[in-house]
Amino acid sequence: MSEDAQGPITMIRTPVDLEYNISAGPDLTLFLRGLKEEKKLYGRRSPNGDVYIPPRGACPVTGQPMLEEVEVSDHGTVTTFCLINIPIEGQELKPPYVFAAIILDGASLPLFHMIAGIAADEARMGMRVKANWKPDDELVLSLESINYFEPSGEPDADYDSYKEHL
Amino acid sequence: MSESSAEILTAPYRLKYSYKRTTGPVIGRFLTDLRDGKITGVRRPDGAVMVPPREYDPETGEALSEFVSLPDTGVVTGWTWVAEPRQLHAMSTPFAFATIQLDGAHTGMLHRVVAPDESVMRSGMRVRARWAAERVGMITDIECFVPEESA
Repeated sequence: MSEDAQGPITMIRTPVDLEYNISAGPDLTLFLRGLKEEKKLYGRRSPNGDVYIPPRGACPVTGQPMLEEVEVSDHGTVTTFCLINIPIEGQELKPPYVFAAIILDGASLPLFHMIAGIAADEARMGMRVKANWKPDDELVLSLESINYFEPSGEPDADYDSYKEHL
Repeated sequence: MSESSAEILTAPYRLKYSYKRTTGPVIGRFLTDLRDGKITGVRRPDGAVMVPPREYDPETGEALSEFVSLPDTGVVTGWTWVAEPRQLHAMSTPFAFATIQLDGAHTGMLHRVVAPDESVMRSGMRVRARWAAERVGMITDIECFVPEESA
Protein backbone atom coordinates (compact mmCIF):
# COMPACT_ATOMS: atom_id res chain seq x y z
CA MET A 1 0.00 0.00 0.00
CA SER A 2 1.29 3.46 -0.76
CA GLU A 3 1.74 5.49 2.37
CA ASP A 4 0.36 8.74 1.06
CA ALA A 5 -2.98 7.06 0.43
CA GLN A 6 -3.34 6.36 4.15
CA GLY A 7 -4.44 8.93 6.67
CA PRO A 8 -3.43 8.99 10.31
CA ILE A 9 -4.78 6.30 12.64
CA THR A 10 -7.68 7.65 14.66
CA MET A 11 -9.61 4.49 15.56
CA ILE A 12 -8.63 0.97 16.60
CA ARG A 13 -10.46 -2.24 17.26
CA THR A 14 -9.94 -3.50 20.81
CA PRO A 15 -12.14 -6.57 21.18
CA VAL A 16 -12.58 -8.15 24.59
CA ASP A 17 -13.03 -11.90 24.61
CA LEU A 18 -12.88 -13.71 27.94
CA GLU A 19 -13.68 -17.35 28.54
CA TYR A 20 -14.67 -18.36 32.04
CA ASN A 21 -15.86 -21.45 33.78
CA ILE A 22 -18.23 -20.10 36.39
CA SER A 23 -19.62 -21.76 39.47
CA ALA A 24 -23.19 -20.83 40.28
CA GLY A 25 -22.66 -21.40 44.00
CA PRO A 26 -25.30 -22.99 46.23
CA ASP A 27 -27.81 -20.15 45.98
CA LEU A 28 -27.94 -19.65 42.23
CA THR A 29 -27.89 -23.44 41.92
CA LEU A 30 -31.07 -23.55 44.03
CA PHE A 31 -32.64 -20.95 41.74
CA LEU A 32 -31.62 -22.62 38.48
CA ARG A 33 -32.62 -26.12 39.56
CA GLY A 34 -35.97 -24.73 40.69
CA LEU A 35 -36.57 -23.38 37.18
CA LYS A 36 -35.71 -26.61 35.42
CA GLU A 37 -36.75 -29.34 37.82
CA GLU A 38 -39.75 -27.82 39.57
CA LYS A 39 -40.88 -24.93 37.37
CA LYS A 40 -40.67 -22.79 40.46
CA LEU A 41 -38.94 -19.55 41.41
CA TYR A 42 -36.85 -19.77 44.56
CA GLY A 43 -35.48 -16.79 46.41
CA ARG A 44 -33.93 -16.46 49.81
CA ARG A 45 -34.88 -14.34 52.81
CA SER A 46 -32.37 -11.91 54.27
CA PRO A 47 -32.13 -11.25 58.01
CA ASN A 48 -34.00 -7.95 57.55
CA GLY A 49 -36.92 -9.78 55.94
CA ASP A 50 -36.33 -8.93 52.27
CA VAL A 51 -36.72 -11.77 49.81
CA TYR A 52 -34.06 -11.72 47.11
CA ILE A 53 -34.64 -13.41 43.78
CA PRO A 54 -32.40 -14.71 42.38
CA PRO A 55 -31.14 -15.70 45.83
CA ARG A 56 -27.75 -14.61 47.11
CA GLY A 57 -25.45 -16.11 49.70
CA ALA A 58 -25.05 -12.94 51.70
CA CYS A 59 -27.33 -9.97 52.29
CA PRO A 60 -26.09 -7.20 49.97
CA VAL A 61 -27.01 -4.59 52.60
CA THR A 62 -25.47 -6.03 55.77
CA GLY A 63 -23.26 -8.87 54.55
CA GLN A 64 -24.96 -11.30 56.90
CA PRO A 65 -25.65 -14.84 55.70
CA MET A 66 -29.07 -15.20 54.14
CA LEU A 67 -31.78 -17.25 55.79
CA GLU A 68 -34.27 -19.80 54.45
CA GLU A 69 -35.27 -20.34 50.84
CA VAL A 70 -38.61 -18.86 49.81
CA GLU A 71 -40.73 -19.79 46.85
CA VAL A 72 -42.13 -16.71 45.14
CA SER A 73 -45.06 -16.50 42.73
CA ASP A 74 -44.66 -16.47 38.97
CA HIS A 75 -47.12 -13.56 38.92
CA GLY A 76 -45.91 -10.04 39.50
CA THR A 77 -46.13 -6.34 38.83
CA VAL A 78 -44.17 -4.31 36.29
CA THR A 79 -42.43 -1.47 38.10
CA THR A 80 -40.35 0.10 35.36
CA PHE A 81 -39.71 -0.97 31.81
CA CYS A 82 -37.68 -0.19 28.74
CA LEU A 83 -38.92 -0.23 25.17
CA ILE A 84 -36.02 -1.27 22.95
CA ASN A 85 -36.11 0.08 19.40
CA ILE A 86 -32.47 -0.27 18.44
CA PRO A 87 -30.90 -3.60 17.43
CA ILE A 88 -27.65 -4.48 19.19
CA GLU A 89 -25.01 -6.96 18.15
CA GLY A 90 -25.57 -10.41 19.62
CA GLN A 91 -29.24 -9.84 20.45
CA GLU A 92 -31.53 -12.20 18.58
CA LEU A 93 -34.79 -10.44 19.47
CA LYS A 94 -36.25 -8.18 16.83
CA PRO A 95 -37.08 -4.64 18.03
CA PRO A 96 -39.36 -3.28 19.27
CA TYR A 97 -39.51 -5.36 22.43
CA VAL A 98 -39.96 -4.60 26.10
CA PHE A 99 -37.77 -5.46 29.06
CA ALA A 100 -39.17 -4.80 32.49
CA ALA A 101 -38.36 -4.89 36.16
CA ILE A 102 -41.00 -7.16 37.66
CA ILE A 103 -41.71 -7.48 41.38
CA LEU A 104 -42.88 -11.05 41.73
CA ASP A 105 -45.49 -11.57 44.41
CA GLY A 106 -43.56 -12.45 47.56
CA ALA A 107 -40.26 -10.94 46.39
CA SER A 108 -38.72 -7.70 47.62
CA LEU A 109 -36.57 -6.90 44.61
CA PRO A 110 -37.41 -6.96 40.94
CA LEU A 111 -36.45 -9.60 38.43
CA PHE A 112 -35.63 -8.45 34.88
CA HIS A 113 -37.32 -10.20 32.00
CA MET A 114 -39.00 -9.65 28.68
CA ILE A 115 -42.65 -8.66 28.37
CA ALA A 116 -44.65 -10.05 25.46
CA GLY A 117 -48.25 -10.77 24.60
CA ILE A 118 -49.05 -7.10 24.16
CA ALA A 119 -48.10 -4.39 21.70
CA ALA A 120 -44.84 -2.84 22.82
CA ASP A 121 -46.44 0.56 23.28
CA GLU A 122 -49.03 -0.87 25.68
CA ALA A 123 -46.45 -1.72 28.34
CA ARG A 124 -47.03 0.33 31.47
CA MET A 125 -46.05 0.65 35.08
CA GLY A 126 -48.25 -1.32 37.44
CA MET A 127 -49.23 -3.84 34.78
CA ARG A 128 -49.85 -7.31 36.24
CA VAL A 129 -48.00 -10.09 34.45
CA LYS A 130 -47.40 -13.83 34.71
CA ALA A 131 -44.62 -16.08 33.52
CA ASN A 132 -45.01 -17.84 30.19
CA TRP A 133 -43.06 -21.06 30.82
CA LYS A 134 -41.45 -23.28 28.26
CA PRO A 135 -43.06 -26.73 27.88
CA ASP A 136 -41.95 -29.12 30.67
CA ASP A 137 -39.60 -31.09 28.41
CA GLU A 138 -37.85 -27.89 27.27
CA LEU A 139 -37.09 -26.41 30.68
CA VAL A 140 -33.44 -25.49 31.15
CA LEU A 141 -31.09 -24.42 33.93
CA SER A 142 -31.54 -20.74 33.14
CA LEU A 143 -34.12 -17.97 33.11
CA GLU A 144 -34.78 -19.02 29.52
CA SER A 145 -37.14 -21.57 31.09
CA ILE A 146 -39.48 -18.58 31.12
CA ASN A 147 -40.08 -17.40 27.56
CA TYR A 148 -41.34 -14.04 28.75
CA PHE A 149 -43.89 -12.47 31.04
CA GLU A 150 -47.33 -11.65 29.65
CA PRO A 151 -50.42 -9.86 30.95
CA SER A 152 -52.17 -11.95 33.61
CA GLY A 153 -55.56 -10.30 33.15
CA GLU A 154 -55.56 -8.91 36.69
CA PRO A 155 -56.31 -5.21 37.09
CA ASP A 156 -53.26 -2.91 37.23
CA ALA A 157 -51.64 -2.58 40.64
CA ASP A 158 -51.98 0.66 42.58
CA TYR A 159 -48.93 2.87 42.37
CA ASP A 160 -48.64 2.83 46.16
CA SER A 161 -48.19 -0.96 46.12
CA TYR A 162 -44.92 -0.80 44.17
CA LYS A 163 -43.63 2.75 44.67
CA GLU A 164 -41.05 1.47 47.16
CA HIS A 165 -39.50 -0.62 44.41
CA LEU A 166 -38.74 2.13 41.91
CA MET B 1 -35.35 -30.09 46.94
CA SER B 2 -33.95 -33.36 45.71
CA GLU B 3 -30.62 -34.72 46.87
CA SER B 4 -29.04 -33.91 43.52
CA SER B 5 -29.48 -30.21 44.25
CA ALA B 6 -26.51 -30.42 46.61
CA GLU B 7 -24.35 -30.56 43.51
CA ILE B 8 -23.21 -27.06 42.56
CA LEU B 9 -23.75 -26.07 38.96
CA THR B 10 -20.91 -24.83 36.82
CA ALA B 11 -20.95 -23.65 33.23
CA PRO B 12 -18.68 -22.15 30.61
CA TYR B 13 -19.23 -18.45 30.17
CA ARG B 14 -17.88 -16.28 27.42
CA LEU B 15 -17.79 -12.52 27.64
CA LYS B 16 -17.22 -10.87 24.31
CA TYR B 17 -17.39 -7.23 23.27
CA SER B 18 -16.36 -5.94 19.86
CA TYR B 19 -15.17 -2.52 20.99
CA LYS B 20 -13.79 0.11 18.72
CA ARG B 21 -12.21 3.13 20.29
CA THR B 22 -10.74 6.42 19.27
CA THR B 23 -7.01 6.72 19.77
CA GLY B 24 -6.71 10.42 20.45
CA PRO B 25 -3.89 12.39 18.79
CA VAL B 26 -0.98 10.91 20.74
CA ILE B 27 -1.67 7.16 20.60
CA GLY B 28 -2.90 7.84 17.06
CA ARG B 29 0.51 9.28 16.20
CA PHE B 30 2.24 6.28 17.84
CA LEU B 31 0.17 3.81 15.81
CA THR B 32 0.48 5.78 12.58
CA ASP B 33 4.25 5.79 13.02
CA LEU B 34 4.26 2.05 13.77
CA ARG B 35 2.58 1.56 10.41
CA ASP B 36 5.53 3.44 8.93
CA GLY B 37 7.96 1.19 10.80
CA LYS B 38 8.94 3.76 13.40
CA ILE B 39 8.59 3.82 17.19
CA THR B 40 7.61 7.15 18.69
CA GLY B 41 7.60 8.26 22.31
CA VAL B 42 6.86 11.54 23.99
CA ARG B 43 9.13 13.68 26.16
CA ARG B 44 8.08 14.88 29.60
CA PRO B 45 9.16 18.32 30.91
CA ASP B 46 11.92 16.69 32.98
CA GLY B 47 13.35 15.11 29.83
CA ALA B 48 12.14 11.53 30.47
CA VAL B 49 10.76 9.76 27.42
CA MET B 50 7.61 7.65 27.64
CA VAL B 51 6.81 4.99 25.09
CA PRO B 52 4.06 4.30 24.25
CA PRO B 53 3.48 8.04 24.47
CA ARG B 54 0.83 9.52 26.70
CA GLU B 55 -1.30 12.54 26.05
CA TYR B 56 -0.73 14.00 29.51
CA ASP B 57 2.11 13.97 32.02
CA PRO B 58 1.24 11.26 34.56
CA GLU B 59 2.42 13.40 37.49
CA THR B 60 1.36 16.92 36.63
CA GLY B 61 -1.40 16.37 34.07
CA GLU B 62 0.36 18.79 31.72
CA ALA B 63 -0.38 18.20 28.02
CA LEU B 64 2.56 16.59 26.21
CA SER B 65 3.40 17.08 22.56
CA GLU B 66 7.18 16.72 22.03
CA PHE B 67 7.46 13.49 20.06
CA VAL B 68 10.71 11.54 20.07
CA SER B 69 11.82 8.86 17.60
CA LEU B 70 13.26 5.78 19.25
CA PRO B 71 15.30 2.87 17.95
CA ASP B 72 13.69 -0.55 17.81
CA THR B 73 16.18 -2.01 20.28
CA GLY B 74 16.07 -2.15 24.04
CA VAL B 75 16.39 -4.10 27.26
CA VAL B 76 13.99 -6.54 28.91
CA THR B 77 13.16 -5.21 32.39
CA GLY B 78 10.68 -7.91 33.40
CA TRP B 79 9.15 -10.97 31.82
CA THR B 80 6.90 -13.96 32.30
CA TRP B 81 7.12 -17.11 30.22
CA VAL B 82 3.95 -18.39 28.55
CA ALA B 83 4.67 -22.09 28.15
CA GLU B 84 1.24 -23.01 26.89
CA PRO B 85 -0.21 -20.23 24.76
CA ARG B 86 -3.96 -20.11 24.58
CA GLN B 87 -5.99 -19.69 21.45
CA LEU B 88 -6.24 -15.92 21.72
CA HIS B 89 -2.55 -15.33 22.24
CA ALA B 90 -2.15 -15.38 18.45
CA MET B 91 1.03 -17.42 18.77
CA SER B 92 0.89 -21.16 19.14
CA THR B 93 4.48 -21.57 20.33
CA PRO B 94 5.84 -20.55 23.76
CA PHE B 95 6.89 -16.93 24.21
CA ALA B 96 7.40 -14.37 26.98
CA PHE B 97 5.34 -11.35 27.86
CA ALA B 98 7.89 -8.75 28.75
CA THR B 99 8.36 -5.11 29.60
CA ILE B 100 10.94 -3.69 27.25
CA GLN B 101 12.70 -0.40 27.84
CA LEU B 102 13.73 0.87 24.44
CA ASP B 103 17.11 2.56 24.13
CA GLY B 104 16.51 6.21 25.00
CA ALA B 105 13.21 5.56 26.76
CA HIS B 106 12.56 5.82 30.49
CA THR B 107 9.49 3.58 30.64
CA GLY B 108 8.86 -0.05 29.84
CA MET B 109 6.62 -1.10 26.99
CA LEU B 110 4.66 -4.33 27.20
CA HIS B 111 5.21 -6.68 24.30
CA ARG B 112 6.21 -10.26 23.65
CA VAL B 113 9.63 -11.77 23.27
CA VAL B 114 10.15 -14.83 21.13
CA ALA B 115 13.17 -16.81 22.27
CA PRO B 116 14.32 -20.38 21.69
CA ASP B 117 13.27 -21.33 25.22
CA GLU B 118 12.74 -19.97 28.71
CA SER B 119 16.36 -20.44 29.76
CA VAL B 120 17.39 -17.67 27.36
CA MET B 121 15.17 -15.15 29.13
CA ARG B 122 16.59 -12.80 31.71
CA SER B 123 16.06 -9.25 32.84
CA GLY B 124 18.69 -7.07 31.20
CA MET B 125 18.77 -9.07 27.97
CA ARG B 126 19.05 -7.02 24.79
CA VAL B 127 16.23 -7.37 22.30
CA ARG B 128 15.30 -6.01 18.91
CA ALA B 129 11.88 -5.58 17.31
CA ARG B 130 10.86 -7.96 14.56
CA TRP B 131 8.48 -6.02 12.34
CA ALA B 132 5.40 -7.56 10.76
CA ALA B 133 5.51 -7.99 7.00
CA GLU B 134 2.27 -6.07 6.60
CA ARG B 135 1.71 -3.14 8.94
CA VAL B 136 -1.72 -1.68 9.63
CA GLY B 137 -1.27 0.74 12.54
CA MET B 138 -1.57 -1.58 15.51
CA ILE B 139 0.84 -2.61 18.27
CA THR B 140 1.10 -5.96 16.47
CA ASP B 141 2.90 -4.13 13.66
CA ILE B 142 5.79 -5.16 15.84
CA GLU B 143 5.38 -8.90 15.56
CA CYS B 144 7.56 -9.52 18.61
CA PHE B 145 10.96 -8.75 20.07
CA VAL B 146 13.81 -11.23 19.68
CA PRO B 147 17.18 -11.55 21.43
CA GLU B 148 19.47 -9.03 19.76
CA GLU B 149 22.22 -11.47 18.92
CA SER B 150 19.76 -13.60 16.92
CA ALA B 151 18.19 -10.66 15.08
